[in-house]
Amino acid sequence: MNDIIKGKWIGKPLDRVDGPLKVSGAATYAAEHDIDAAIGFIVEATIAKGTIASIETANAEAAKGVIAVLTYENAPKMAPWGDGADDRFEQSHGVLVDGTIRHYGQPVALVIAETLEQARHAASLVAVTYDEQAPALGVDRADSELAEGLDGGFEPTNRRGDFDRAWAESDLTVDLNYTTPHMIPAAMEPHSAIAEWDGERLTVRNSLQVIASGVACLANTFGIDEENIRVLSPYIGGGFGSKLGQHYDTILAAAGAKKLNRPVKVVQTRRNLFHAGPHRARIEQRIRLGATRDGTLKAVNFETWSTQAIGYFYTEGPMASAASAYRCDALHWTGKTRQANETLNDSMRAPGEALGGVTFEAAIDELAEKVGMDPLEFRLKNEPTEDPASGKPFATRDLVECMKRGADEFGWADRPKEPRSRREGRKLIGYGMASAIRGNMMQEGSCRIDLSAGGHLTVKMDMTDIGTGTYTILTQIAAEALGLHPDDITVDLADSDNPATAGSGGSFGAGTSGSALWNACIALREKLARAGGFNIDPDEIDFDEGTMQAGDRAVALADVLKDSDGFSAEGSIKPGEEHEDYVQNSYGAHFCEVAVDMDSCEIEVRRFVSVFSAGRILNRKTAHSQCLGGLVWGIGGAIREELWMDERTGGYVNRDLAEYHVAVNRDVPKCDIIFLENPDPKSNPIGTKGIGELALCGAGGAVVNAIYNATGKRVYDLPVTLDKLL
Amino acid sequence: MKPIEYIRPDSADAALDAIRAENAKFIGGGTNLLDLMKLEVETPDALVDVHRLDMGGFSDTDGNGLRIGAEVTNTTLANNSRVRKDYRVLSEALLSGATVQLRNRATTGGNFLQRTRCYYFMDTTRPCNKREPGSGCAALNGPSRIHAILGTSAHCIATHPSDMAVAMAALDAKIHTRKADGASRTVAATELHRLPGDTPQIDTVLEDGELIEAVTLPAPLGGTHLYRKVRDRSSYAFALVSAAIVLRIADGKIETTRLALGGVAHKPWRAEKAEARLAGQAPTEENFQAAAEAELADARAEGSHAFKIELAKRTIVAALREAADRENAA
Ligand SMILES: Cc1cc2nc3c(=O)[nH]c(=O)nc-3n(C[C@H](O)[C@H](O)[C@H](O)COP(=O)(O)OP(=O)(O)OC[C@H]3O[C@@H](n4cnc5c(N)ncnc54)[C@H](O)[C@@H]3O)c2cc1C
Ligand code: SF4
Repeated sequence: MNDIIKGKWIGKPLDRVDGPLKVSGAATYAAEHDIDAAIGFIVEATIAKGTIASIETANAEAAKGVIAVLTYENAPKMAPWGDGADDRFEQSHGVLVDGTIRHYGQPVALVIAETLEQARHAASLVAVTYDEQAPALGVDRADSELAEGLDGGFEPTNRRGDFDRAWAESDLTVDLNYTTPHMIPAAMEPHSAIAEWDGERLTVRNSLQVIASGVACLANTFGIDEENIRVLSPYIGGGFGSKLGQHYDTILAAAGAKKLNRPVKVVQTRRNLFHAGPHRARIEQRIRLGATRDGTLKAVNFETWSTQAIGYFYTEGPMASAASAYRCDALHWTGKTRQANETLNDSMRAPGEALGGVTFEAAIDELAEKVGMDPLEFRLKNEPTEDPASGKPFATRDLVECMKRGADEFGWADRPKEPRSRREGRKLIGYGMASAIRGNMMQEGSCRIDLSAGGHLTVKMDMTDIGTGTYTILTQIAAEALGLHPDDITVDLADSDNPATAGSGGSFGAGTSGSALWNACIALREKLARAGGFNIDPDEIDFDEGTMQAGDRAVALADVLKDSDGFSAEGSIKPGEEHEDYVQNSYGAHFCEVAVDMDSCEIEVRRFVSVFSAGRILNRKTAHSQCLGGLVWGIGGAIREELWMDERTGGYVNRDLAEYHVAVNRDVPKCDIIFLENPDPKSNPIGTKGIGELALCGAGGAVVNAIYNATGKRVYDLPVTLDKLL
Repeated sequence: MKPIEYIRPDSADAALDAIRAENAKFIGGGTNLLDLMKLEVETPDALVDVHRLDMGGFSDTDGNGLRIGAEVTNTTLANNSRVRKDYRVLSEALLSGATVQLRNRATTGGNFLQRTRCYYFMDTTRPCNKREPGSGCAALNGPSRIHAILGTSAHCIATHPSDMAVAMAALDAKIHTRKADGASRTVAATELHRLPGDTPQIDTVLEDGELIEAVTLPAPLGGTHLYRKVRDRSSYAFALVSAAIVLRIADGKIETTRLALGGVAHKPWRAEKAEARLAGQAPTEENFQAAAEAELADARAEGSHAFKIELAKRTIVAALREAADRENAA
C-alpha cells in the first residue's frame, strides 16, 4: 500500500485548475485557435450504399468566397479506408478516396471558402448523383457471424460450465429478448479541427481523446512519417468515446489544407455528426437465466446481435455486465454481428455495461421476482467468490458493501414491495435497484517532469482532459508526491510531442496517466533526496511545503534547487501481472425512486442513492461530478434517448438536440453519491480504479426496475418512453 | 445559408414597403427562421426585422380585454401580471415551451408563425410536400413520432408545434394584421392556421408579406385555467399532446369549457366536439371520457405516432379532471 499519500492534496475537492480559463472563454477549444484558416463544409452522401455516378461542382466553385471544392476526383492522395493498421483508431481514415459510399452521410465533397456561411451555401450547390445499391441496415440474426472480439477485451463467446444442465436443473427461468436503440454521445463540443501543412509536416489542432493513435491514423491516411505529425488537443468539450479516434473533421481539414497549402478548419455540424459521427449500435439481446427455488442462480446465457460499420471492427458486448456479477453454475455468452451500411458504430461511454447494466439487471430483477425474493437479497445470495466468467480471483470485491450501504441510506427495506402498490394522487410510485460493475482497465503511459531551479514543476505527457478534470488531478498527484503547492505546478497535456499515454477512454485515463506521473515523481524524489544529502530510502522522507524531512533532518527544496539547472525525471506505467492474474473491477449500487403518471405515463425519476467503490478518490469534487454525469446518462439511456434510423435510406431522422432527447436538468433528481474509499493496491501504484463510466453502469437498470415496481409493466424495448406504458 | 439583405425599418409602413421587395420575410426573434435558413429550408433574399416597429406592447382594450403587440417576447408575455391573473392558461403554455433563452428571444408574432418540426421538412434531401409541393411526404412511411392524428391529409401529416397558439385558440384570441398593401384585418386565432389538404405548403390564411401587429384577448372568462403538456422529457421538448383548458363549473354543472389541443394537428385544435359534449353536463369522469372519445372519433394515424390517439384522450380526461378538481376546490 502506498504510504506516501497522506491526503494533503490527493482526495481534496480542489477546484478545477483550468476552471477560470474555461468560464472566462480563455481556454482554446479546437475550433478557437487564432489561425487564419479557410473554412471547409462537408457535403453528405444521401444514400447508404452505392457509388457516385456524377458530381457537379461548377456552381459551388463559382459561388462567392469559394476557394476549392474537394471531391474524390481531385482530393490529395489518401490511403483507402481501413489500410495501414488493424487497430481501428490507427487504420487509415481516408475519405474522398473513390466514389464508393459505405454509409449515409459519408462526406462526398468538402467545400472550402473564406467564411462558414459561404462554404455552407456553396455546399448546397454541389449536385451528386448515385448508382444506388440496396444497403444492409440493422440487425439480422440470420445473417450474423461471431464478432472478432467484444469491446473491453472480451471473447465473442464464453462457455464456462454446462449451461444446458444448469438450465435443466433450474426450477424457475426467464427467457427475455431486449432491444437497445441507436444512440449518439452528442458531446457539447462538436468534432472540429484546424490543420496546416509546412511542407511534409502536418500540424492538427482538434478535439481528440487519444493523441498517439490519432497520430498513427494520420500517418496511415496520408502516407507520412509519424515524426512529421503534431497533434494538439489541449481542451476537449466532451468525448464519451466519440473522439477516441480521428474523424471526418480532421481528415478533411488535413486534406483541404494540403490541397490549398493554407490552414483549413472543419467543424462538423450537429446534424452532420448525427449522420456521420460515431454512434452506439442498436443491439438485440436475449438473456436466459435460471435459478432454483431457494434463489440460487444456476444458469446465465447472454446472446447479442448487433451491426458494425463496413471496415470498422467494433462490437459492443452488453454481456460484460454478466461477466463479473453473480455466482452461477454456468455462464455462457455469444456476441454476433454483421457488417452494415451504417455510420461508425463505436464506443460510447461505458460500452457494454451501459447496456447490460440495464438489460441484465432488469432480467435479474425479473428472475428474483419469480423466485419470490427481494432483488437485493437475491443479489446478495449470489455473491461470487471468484469471477464467474473466468474463474480468476478478484483483485478486490466490495459490491456487497456497496449494496448494503446504499440500501441503508435509501431505506430500501421499508419500501412497498408489491408492484403498483403505492399511489400519490395520479402518480404511481416505484422503487428499483441494480448493481454497478465496470471493468477497471490500465494501459501504458509515460511522463516527463521538470522541476526548475526556481521551484516550478512542469508535467508533460500527451494525456488529454476531456472535461473530466485531468489537469486538476494530475496537479494534485504531483503536489502530494513532491510536497509542492498546486500553484507551483503546470500540467502540459495533449501534445503529441510530449511522452505518450493511452489518453482518455475506458475510464483508464486517471489511473494510467496518474501512475506514470506518480512514478516520475518517485524518481524525482530520489534525485532530490540524493542532492539534499539524504542516503536513506526516499520513501522515508516526508516531502511537504517545499521541504524534505526525515527524523530531525530538514532540507528546503529551494536550497537544493538554487544552484542547480533544475531536475528532471521520467516515469512510466504498464498494466502489471496483477491485471492478468486478477479480475479488476470498480463496483457500485444504485437505488432509485420513480413516479409514473397514471394518465400520460410520463416518468419522473425522483430520487437516486448510489454508492461507488472506485479505489482511491483523487478529487472528491471531480469524482462526484463524474458520477453525477454517469447517473444523468443512465437516466437518459433508460427513458429518453433514441436515435431513429430511417430504414428507407439508412439516415437518421431526429438529428438535433430538440428531437434527440438527452436527459435535461429537470429529468435528474437530487442524487446522493457516496464513495467507499478503498484504495486498491493491485490496480496501480496510486490505488485508483476507473470512475468515469462506473456510475452509468446499472443506473438505467435501477430506473427500469423502479418503473416496473411502479406500474407492474416490464418494457423490453428501450428506452422506456411513455407510449410503451400506455 | 445564402447571402441576404437585412432591413430594419422603424415603422410599420416602412416595413410593409420593404416586405414588398422580392422574396422578403419578416424576422422576429429569429429562433425558428434563422435555423431554417441555415438549413436552406427557408431561402428569403431579404429579412425585415420587426423589432423597431412600434406595435404597442400591452394595453387594455375597451371591452376589458388585453392587447398584445406582436413584438412582445414570450418571456414578457408569460410574466405579464394581467396574463398571469386573467389568462393563466396562456402563461402556463408559454412557460412550458422551449427554454428561457429561446423565450427571451421569441416574439408573439413569430411564435404563431413558427413552422413544423417535421424531420423531413427540415431535411432538404428528403421529399416533403410542404417544402417542395408535389415531391411527396417522407413522414407517411417513416419514423413519425411527432406527427398529426387529426385533420391530416394524404399529402401531409405535420403538426404545428406551438404551445402558445394552443392557449390562444382556447382563449378565442384575435390576430390583427396588415397586408402588404397596407389594409388591416382581423383573424381569429382558431382560423389562422389551416389544415394541410392538398396544399400543405400553405401554413396559414395570411398572405405573403402580411404583418402581424397585435393580438387581442377578449374579456377574461374566469374559471380555472390549465395547460397540460405531455412530452418526451420534462422540459425542452415539444408537446406530444397538449391541452389548454378554461373550465367554469356552477351548481355542479359545467358552465364553460374551452378546450384546445396541441401536438395533434396542422393547427392548434379547438376541441369543439368535446366542448359541445360537456356543455351543461356534470363534471364526471364518464362525461370527460365521452368528450374525449367524441373529439378523437375521427383521429387517424398509421405510423409510429398512432399511440397519440390514446394519449390525446387520456390527456383530455386528465386535464379536465384536474381542472374540475381545482374548480370545485375554489
Ligand atoms: C430547440 C427549440 C425548442 C423549442 N421548443 C418549443 C416548445 O416546446 N414549444 C413551443 O411552443 N415552441 C418551441 N420552440 C419554438 C419557439 O417558440 C419559436 O421558435 C419561436 O416562438 C418563434 O418566434 P420568433 O420570434 O423567434 O420567430 P422567427 O423565427 O423570427 O419567425 C418565425 C416566422 O414568423 C414570421 N414572423 C415573425 N414575426 C412576424 C410578424 N410580426 N408578422 C408576420 N410574420 C412574422 C417570420 O417571417 C417567420 O416565418 C422551440 C424552438 C427551438 C429552437
Ligand atoms: S408531414 Fe408534411 S412537413 Fe412532414 S414530410 Fe410530410 S409533407 Fe413534409
